[in-house]
Amino acid sequence: MSWCCTYNPLPLYSRLQVTDFSCSWQLKNAQKMLLSLGKKPEKKKQFYRFQTPSKVVAYYRLKTPPYKLDALEPYMSKRTLEMHWEEHHRAYVEGLNKQLANDDILYGYTMDELVKVTYNNGNPLPEFNNAAQVWNHDFFWESMQPGGGEMPELGVLQQIEKDFGSYTNFKEKFTESAFTVFGSGWIWLVLKREERQLAIIKTSNAITPLVWDDIPIICLDMWEHAYYLDYKNDREKYVNTFMNHLISWNVAMERMARAEAFVNLGEPKIPIA
Amino acid sequence: MALRSLVARKTISSAFKASTGLRLGQLRGLQTFSLPDLPYDYGALEPVISGEIMQLHHQKHHQSYVTNFNAALEQLNDAMEKGDPVAVVKLQSAIKFNGGGHVNHSIFWKNLAPVREGGGEPPHSSLGWAIDTDFGSLEKLIQKINAEGAALQGSGWVWLALDKELKKLVVETTANQDPLVTKGPSLIPLLGIDVWEHAYYLQYKNVRPDYLKNIWKVMNWKYASEVYAKECPSS
Repeated sequence: MSWCCTYNPLPLYSRLQVTDFSCSWQLKNAQKMLLSLGKKPEKKKQFYRFQTPSKVVAYYRLKTPPYKLDALEPYMSKRTLEMHWEEHHRAYVEGLNKQLANDDILYGYTMDELVKVTYNNGNPLPEFNNAAQVWNHDFFWESMQPGGGEMPELGVLQQIEKDFGSYTNFKEKFTESAFTVFGSGWIWLVLKREERQLAIIKTSNAITPLVWDDIPIICLDMWEHAYYLDYKNDREKYVNTFMNHLISWNVAMERMARAEAFVNLGEPKIPIA
Repeated sequence: MALRSLVARKTISSAFKASTGLRLGQLRGLQTFSLPDLPYDYGALEPVISGEIMQLHHQKHHQSYVTNFNAALEQLNDAMEKGDPVAVVKLQSAIKFNGGGHVNHSIFWKNLAPVREGGGEPPHSSLGWAIDTDFGSLEKLIQKINAEGAALQGSGWVWLALDKELKKLVVETTANQDPLVTKGPSLIPLLGIDVWEHAYYLQYKNVRPDYLKNIWKVMNWKYASEVYAKECPSS
């Protein structure tokens, strides 16, 4: 973290402009440096030609979803995505950056780490809500794809059948749990580290299974703002539409593959030479 | 024993009726609750709250709380008859959520009134003086309630309550559909504002502070004053 002592003589207003991931050479350099040190460039730091010392600042950016805003029609309207991503998600990012501007101790973390640190073992710091909601929404956009739905395949299907009996059973349990989220919350399919099993978890408000060290595979936003414009109060239709048309099993497969590097799910298949 | 329980039920039902005006039906000896009518048209609170929101809020959300509350109570009755303590305890969260939703929304409809029926008129007499004493002025109270309502994470309610024991007005928030009594057994709700997203999203989108600023234009202070006068008749 200390290598990134930066020089930041840019006046305040232009600092805010630079955050908007423009393709200036400073940001490209920052990205290269971060990549070379093996860090994901999820945070951007500014490097400037002149060597004027200044305080360290960290900004988190609003990640764009991996599809156009109207790509999920007619299941999730462009209007919803515009509101949800551009207003809600952006507000969380900006709120987080504002909070971090006052707090040196929380600089230099990746999003995952920031969420866990601000959760503070159950006594969340004020930054937790914004940090966790930014992370949750990033995860949510990536959990969906145009032309999604259908069945999982290969390893994910095997694991689901092992832990839930059948895909239909899993789908039933998932939708049931989604309906019983009281108030605002999220519903997750996670890989539990200790039990080495897939499980369905409900969380309220901003909480994410990341804080319990479990590995999330898929999530669904059950806050009312996620579905109200399209489905009004018909949560059932929203959840069923998600399961049938939006959920991205490709991404789930990638996440499972990555998770298997951390959780031993069974006997490795050692090829016989 | 049966007579005593019948009398007890009747007094509970009348106490309920008096305090919250909930309507009770009788079905196979089991009390069921029903959706109270709005004392005004769905479009009467325009442009502060759109008719679409009022209709959805009343006919869909509140109705589903009532329906699920009745279902949970029936299940509770069955569990009690069977003597199944695990089931009884398991039902508590559904009862708190749906029952709380019914209680809270029943108060909410009475807290609002169209402008032509006195909505938005500031409180006078005892409640007005109490507000000035406990908060300084009506504007300060409104500011405080709006601040707490805007800062509430997720879903919940913000209340102006009378603490019967301390004989003071307080501003409280509750999460989800928790009724006000969960924050203190001596709290009596005078005004409640629903800050669940369904209460304002279609009209105000994510700008909850605007909703909170505007809702005072249709706030029914008369009802709040009546409740206050009843609970604190001396002042």
